[in-house]
Amino acid sequence: MRQALEGSQAVAQAVALCRPQVIAAYPITPQTHIVENISKLVADGKLQCEFVSVESEFSAASLVLGAAMAGSRAYTASASQGILLMAEVLFNIAGMRVPLVMTCANRAISSPLSIWNDQQDSMSVRDAGWIQLYCADNQEAVDTTIQAYRIAERCELPVMVCMDGFTLTHTLETINIPAQTEVDQYLPKYQFKRTLDPQNPISLGTLVSPDYYTEARHSHHQALLNAQAEILLADQDWAEITGRKCGGLLEVEGTEEADVAILTIGSVLGTLREALEELPPNQPVKLIKLRTFRPFPAETLKAACKGLKDIIVLERAFSPGSGGIVGLEVLGALSELENPPKVHNFAAGLGGRDIPLDILPRLLKVLEDPTASRQFKLFDVELERLPVEDR
Amino acid sequence: MIEIRIHGRGGQGNVVAAYLLAMAAFEEGQYGQAFPNFGAERRGAPVIAFVRIADHPIQRRNQVLHPAFLIIQDQALLHVPGVTDGLLPEGKILVNSTLSSAELSQELQKEVIAIPATSIAKEVLGRPVPNTALLSAFLTLTELLPDDSLGKALSRRFQGNVLEKNLQLVKQAASHVTVGQWRGEKHATSA
Repeated sequence: MRQALEGSQAVAQAVALCRPQVIAAYPITPQTHIVENISKLVADGKLQCEFVSVESEFSAASLVLGAAMAGSRAYTASASQGILLMAEVLFNIAGMRVPLVMTCANRAISSPLSIWNDQQDSMSVRDAGWIQLYCADNQEAVDTTIQAYRIAERCELPVMVCMDGFTLTHTLETINIPAQTEVDQYLPKYQFKRTLDPQNPISLGTLVSPDYYTEARHSHHQALLNAQAEILLADQDWAEITGRKCGGLLEVEGTEEADVAILTIGSVLGTLREALEELPPNQPVKLIKLRTFRPFPAETLKAACKGLKDIIVLERAFSPGSGGIVGLEVLGALSELENPPKVHNFAAGLGGRDIPLDILPRLLKVLEDPTASRQFKLFDVELERLPVEDR
Repeated sequence: MIEIRIHGRGGQGNVVAAYLLAMAAFEEGQYGQAFPNFGAERRGAPVIAFVRIADHPIQRRNQVLHPAFLIIQDQALLHVPGVTDGLLPEGKILVNSTLSSAELSQELQKEVIAIPATSIAKEVLGRPVPNTALLSAFLTLTELLPDDSLGKALSRRFQGNVLEKNLQLVKQAASHVTVGQWRGEKHATSA
């Protein structure tokens, strides 16, 4: 049913529709409204579930890990410092191949302290072995949350649903909340093959000697790469029930013959779409929405970028001392193409800085000078405000 | 598309006001988008919230830099630098103030309408929360949405006595302004 809802409220409803049995969370801006709304559903008797208010994010992650292993569908959500405090457990959850879903309400990382949006938090745990799906709008956040349970449980891998803090979590807009019957039809009851059972004890995450560690890591890597098929299928099957798709691994929009593409991740897509509409028609520009960051869809990306002259990667986090995170992976994947496009890599909108409509023409202007350096840059940094040695 | 910026202070129901306006648009089959721009999260700190209303889905998520309307919940904010920045040349300002509209218009060189929203709210709700009264005045002035849209949005959010009193407040506040005074102006920032 179509409703005008705040993103967090909608995600809370989506989680409830998945019939979770255990939820543990610790409040942190901008994630708090999600679990606040879920706890209200529990208190009002609308959701039968064990809701545990824990004393830290480390405990939240540990508790849902235990719950999922003991046979319960579980959920948690966090952001920023909370994700960092969870980090050790996140790697363990993935390594033990436990199906879990969490929402990351993307927020900048301290220091300096910022409560506002960028994607440094989820990008900082990109190597934890989780599937990471990024949402362009709140409808996708709802649909992806539901898809995430199916992907997690079929692949025995945890899924992090990343939605931009404030920009999505605190935005009220029209959202279609699926019916319980639709979700029940899509998502079977949670069954974990390796459920902990005292009658039939097994060990998980135990000490592994050098004889086996490499193989265990390879299996994990392969499981993530194989998950691409399930991510695509989850999106297709959801579309069959609801008529809505979230873009599978990645999605390309715009004129077929365009030889320039802008690749983005997360909620800036809508702003770029409208900015493109405001330019004169038939611009030779495509937009690429990277929805799945882990596993990294290198083959799909290569196919989407064949024939391109330039690709601009616009992201909301970076690796200080190196450069773009998404950009570097795009560059790596495309280097295997025969005539790879030039990759121009920028980050913008860090720590909640607004990304205005005119970023699009300004990005395209960069391409006008073919001799310009393609070194990574913070696109919206105001250098004149910095001491000379920092510029 | 109409773009509106609401300025207030933490605790004045600024974000709720933005949400209610977008919800009222939704109730009338339009598309509404509302989001806050928090500063430090504490009572009394200036808070900004943005609203977009259109007859098509709204995709942009950038801040509203050139609003057609400003709704100001605290008259002292009128003199905070930046508050009136970017208002469209024909843009209008609705402010919670006991000062006269004419004087404020003269001072700001913009069309300003002042209503004593805090005292109206105190009288009806018993609480000094100006947001509902301002929204009612805003929709009465602009006729952007039908009469009962705000009531529909309020009934999604509140119930019982609180709802009843807010609906009373909507009526009371509407009587402080002229119906349709800001109707039909060219407010749209884009299709």
